[in-house]
Amino acid sequence: MAELSKGKFKIIGCENNNSDEIVRKNITYGEDAWRRLKENKVAMFSLVLLVIIAFMSIIAPYLRSFGVNGVNPLTTNISPNSTHWFGTDDLGRDVWVRTWAGTRTSIIIGVVGAMIELVVGALYGGISGYIGGVVDDILMRIVEILNSIPYLILVLIIIIVMQSNGIIPLIIGMTLTGWTGMARMVRGQVLSIKEQEYVMAAQALGANSPRIILKHLMPNVVGIMIVDVTLAVPSYIFAEAFLSYIGLGIKSPNISLGALCSNATPNMMFYPYQLFWPSLVISLIMLTFNLLGDGLSDALDPKQRQ
Amino acid sequence: MLRFVLKRFAYMIITIFIVTTATFFMMHSIPGDPFASPKKLPAQTVKNINKKYGLDKPLSTQYALFMENLVLHGDLGESYQYPGLTVNSIIAQKAPISGELGGEALIIGFSLGIILGIIAAFKKNKWQDYTVMFIAILGIAIPSFVLAAILQYFFTVKFELFPTSGWGGLKFTVLPALSMALGTIAVYARFMRSNCIDVIGQDYVMTARAKGVSKVALVYKHVLRNAIMPSITMLGPQIAMIFTGTFVIEVIFSIPGIGRYFVSSISDKDYPVILGTTIFVAILYIISVFVVDVLYGFIDPRIRLSNNKK
Repeated sequence: MAELSKGKFKIIGCENNNSDEIVRKNITYGEDAWRRLKENKVAMFSLVLLVIIAFMSIIAPYLRSFGVNGVNPLTTNISPNSTHWFGTDDLGRDVWVRTWAGTRTSIIIGVVGAMIELVVGALYGGISGYIGGVVDDILMRIVEILNSIPYLILVLIIIIVMQSNGIIPLIIGMTLTGWTGMARMVRGQVLSIKEQEYVMAAQALGANSPRIILKHLMPNVVGIMIVDVTLAVPSYIFAEAFLSYIGLGIKSPNISLGALCSNATPNMMFYPYQLFWPSLVISLIMLTFNLLGDGLSDALDPKQRQ
Repeated sequence: MLRFVLKRFAYMIITIFIVTTATFFMMHSIPGDPFASPKKLPAQTVKNINKKYGLDKPLSTQYALFMENLVLHGDLGESYQYPGLTVNSIIAQKAPISGELGGEALIIGFSLGIILGIIAAFKKNKWQDYTVMFIAILGIAIPSFVLAAILQYFFTVKFELFPTSGWGGLKFTVLPALSMALGTIAVYARFMRSNCIDVIGQDYVMTARAKGVSKVALVYKHVLRNAIMPSITMLGPQIAMIFTGTFVIEVIFSIPGIGRYFVSSISDKDYPVILGTTIFVAILYIISVFVVDVLYGFIDPRIRLSNNKK
């Protein structure tokens, strides 16, 4: 056997090449999702449109000095012109001002409802999924029972019981059962992630519960939570519009898009623009939120896209 | 399987009990007196009225009586607004109308939605797909009451094809059913499309194709049977929505169904009618969720197995 001297074991070439070096900048989950979202033209367009609508709902009523409930008997049912950009209604109130003020109410209801759903649903589902066992069983039974109550009926009952025509009974009624969808989804996700190998590895390495929840569960659940919230906002807006339309939700002097549509419907034959503007804004809000939600679900969950 | 059905059944009974009880106490916690009217009634009259409706008894007795009547006789009480008219007779008279309308809308929505979804999935990224998705987006974006107004305007005022409102015969159901169905079409088309695309990508479909299964057999036996499954779960709540979903449509088209009566009974503060209708709709909803759950267990063996394992 030939003598193997130490000198024979020498690295030839590639000494200075560090193949493990990370050349590119690290990108976080958020940046990655944003990069993918930016490529999606439809979603970006929806986002821009949504920002415009939200912005308009804040400033637009102040652009004209008519006041939300400014009745003027001299200017009833005027078609859109340079003074009244969207025309006026049967009491001479400016439709431009009222449409955007109504949009504000509708967006507030949608966003607040979705936020309540997010907080309650995520906490409930997270606890149920993470603890598991008997706690999970009991919590999920409660969700099942809540889920089998038709929400519309519940909202109506809450409105009757609270005897108010503001937004608070509407939000309470709608969120009382509305969070169950979110809770179920978060639970399902947490249950499946909990069993993944990397969580087991983290546990084996001695990570405690808060660390596992924050570092491993949260980042994996947050994507679908964002998507769900994006889709929840229009559903609350729609439910509000629906209830206000049949005269059970928001009532005068408060206004919302649904209430505006409801007021405009009797005059539809003669003054279609009164119905047109609020319904256009509702439709745009529904459309943009849904398209944005689709885009977000693609961007946040690349696995789903294949 | 029997255990699964029984378990579901027990949940259903518990849910119905809780919903009924909660509704009862909520309705009775409404501040104010249902017989408070601008005309001041003599004290004796008020007393007699209260006695007639059992309102002079303590709440717990009222509850026990209500439950007894409901469970033993299926009796939901009597209207305050129209004395002599029982809630049961109102439901018996109004519910079939809502059921017919809602059922028609659901059948249109479900079948059209499924068909469109399948077309879109098999013609993915072609013009058929884009057309279907455009319809679906419209269906999601346009609220049913706006659609109803538009349909009314075009088909009754401009073209005079259908009656504007009212009830009596198939002709009256077309517009309301359509305006209700578009949303359903949209939901099912999108859902079915993504499920179909999922299934088409599965390995067993590729295997079947590699074996040389004919295109028709592939679509029916391998793709559709699996893809349609999740849509059936969604059917449960949808069936129950037949009654709640018609609320707004009934008001717009002035159809004498249960939804419109419910809405007007709210403004009339006719509490027994509200209570009775609520319980009726809730029970219907819960039962249909139960039926679909059980049906689902029969259709999809995977559910049954995972339940037996537990």
